[in-house]
Amino acid sequence: MSKVVFHTIAKFLLLMLGVSLVTFVLVSLSPIDPVQANVGQAAYLNMSEAKRAQLAHYWGSGIPLWERYGSWLGDLLRGDMGMSLRYNAPVVEVIATRAVNSLALMGSAWVISGVLGFVLGITAGLWQNSIFDRLVKGYCFVLASVPTFWLGLIILMVFAVYLGWFPVGFSVPLGMSAADVGLGDALHHMALPALTLSVVGVANIALHTREKTVDVLESDYIRFACSRGLSRKQALLHHGLRNIALPALTLQCASLAEIFGGSVLVEEVFSYPGLGQAAVTAGLGGDVALLAGIALVSAALVFAGNMIANLIYGFIDVRMSLSQPCLANEGEKASHQLKSSISRDGRPQDGEVS
Amino acid sequence: MILHEAKRGRIANRRVCLAAVIGALVALVVLVVFGCVVYDQATLTHFDQKNLPPSLEHPFGTDWMGRDMFLRTAAGLSTSVLLGVVAALVSAVLAFILGALAALGGKRVDALVSWSIDLMMGIPHIVLLILISYALGKGFWGVAVGIALTHWPSLARVIRAEILQCKASLYVGVARALGQSRWRIALTHMFPYVLPQFIVGLILLFPHAILHEAAVTFLGFGLPPEQPAIGVILSEAMTYLSSGMWWLAVFPGLALVAVVLLFDCAGSSLRKLVDPKRNQE
Repeated sequence: MSKVVFHTIAKFLLLMLGVSLVTFVLVSLSPIDPVQANVGQAAYLNMSEAKRAQLAHYWGSGIPLWERYGSWLGDLLRGDMGMSLRYNAPVVEVIATRAVNSLALMGSAWVISGVLGFVLGITAGLWQNSIFDRLVKGYCFVLASVPTFWLGLIILMVFAVYLGWFPVGFSVPLGMSAADVGLGDALHHMALPALTLSVVGVANIALHTREKTVDVLESDYIRFACSRGLSRKQALLHHGLRNIALPALTLQCASLAEIFGGSVLVEEVFSYPGLGQAAVTAGLGGDVALLAGIALVSAALVFAGNMIANLIYGFIDVRMSLSQPCLANEGEKASHQLKSSISRDGRPQDGEVS
Repeated sequence: MILHEAKRGRIANRRVCLAAVIGALVALVVLVVFGCVVYDQATLTHFDQKNLPPSLEHPFGTDWMGRDMFLRTAAGLSTSVLLGVVAALVSAVLAFILGALAALGGKRVDALVSWSIDLMMGIPHIVLLILISYALGKGFWGVAVGIALTHWPSLARVIRAEILQCKASLYVGVARALGQSRWRIALTHMFPYVLPQFIVGLILLFPHAILHEAAVTFLGFGLPPEQPAIGVILSEAMTYLSSGMWWLAVFPGLALVAVVLLFDCAGSSLRKLVDPKRNQE
């Protein structure tokens, strides 16, 4: 067991190192001058030479890549992720405040899409080829082709602009002090972005659960249960549910990367102040430290999702942890197999559709 | 009466699939050609005809500069399709090379390729696209290179697995025992084995590439605002939503969905045709 833990930690550290290095190299390659990008063309032209030099120093241009990366890495080991130059605050602080918003949004979308997709998939599989089944399948295929941000725009237009049921954006009412914001206000503002993310996320899990349900219903043990006098529905609920739920849960854990990607777009559409919006702002404004911080946090999130998926697989399916000493790898393969079994069904691979 | 007599009067499934593939591809080519032809017209401004709702003359309405949204959408889609096709091709070739290297290049190469696949898949796709696009100074090349460099991992995994499976198969073993050279085995046995998967994977990359292009452009990291692109159109539309100009967002988005569905239809029909495990359905 300790070997597995050690292996996982080593893998995580290597991944973090890789991600941060890729981020730094990419950002330093950029021809975009952060000073010009932030000050604006007109102001930059009218600026005095001394002021320009001061700003260039502030944005850290001119220092070689390795020196910057080295000092950043050293600080990171001490828990300091540097200063966000756009928000004029420590990166840790910016990420922490925004992560609360983002995690609430992604968490609710994750749960809603998981539960809804699972129920839809089971129902569709149970009554295979019925009208309901065709509706669910059609919905999933179309949804895989719909860009998340466009769906967000349409939902925003219908529910916020025309019907006026929900606010147009942000996470709290405008002009209200932070202390007065209640949970109701926050939920009211989160509803539309969460709805958009959930609607998109349902497709993957519903299709997978449907396939799995059809497989399970054809299995010998369900046939045996039916021959003992149980109805198909009873047999499925008593004997099949566990077999269907586990891979679905694993798949949902492994889909965190897609949900994060979707949240970047959705937050931008709804002006929701989360990590995704901060990533876009940092990218447009050349805020290296914040961009690197968010890349790290998102990669860590994805890693955690995959790790949980592996753990669930290892714990529940004893065959997996007995036959292979290194369960981390196996779970990954299994969840990949799940994915490829879906993609074999005519859906694009890795399901992340924006 | 023979109970298990085959149903007559139905068109053969394979023919339906073939028709779907050809139909979808023809529709896409027509769209691209039409978009290129009307490209100049799409950027023409008519300030006497601005903000018009959809009508017979302007099926998708006009925007705040009096540009015809139908022509703009067509031109934007053809740019997106062309960019998506080129980027997906590059990405697929990368996937093929890396997948083959991992499967045939020995343990160390395999570990390296597998680790970079994990690394690429460990960062959310959009974040990676933002980073690459930023590194190249945004614009056309930012988004094109970004899409080409980020779409290979899943296909590379498939190719690697297919080649490994082929490598372990009996007939490759026989060929090796008969003393055929490695190159000959790779060319005559492995290449034809993975080719169908590769082509299907390539076509199924297109919808992804197009959707990501639109998304990255929408966020402001892709094509510049003066070009007719779906992402640009939709991000402009966002600022006009509250003034009730619904047509700016609805029709271009629907057109994008239609194009992506066409690619998806072509890819999955082709898969049914070439995949030996499924082509009897």
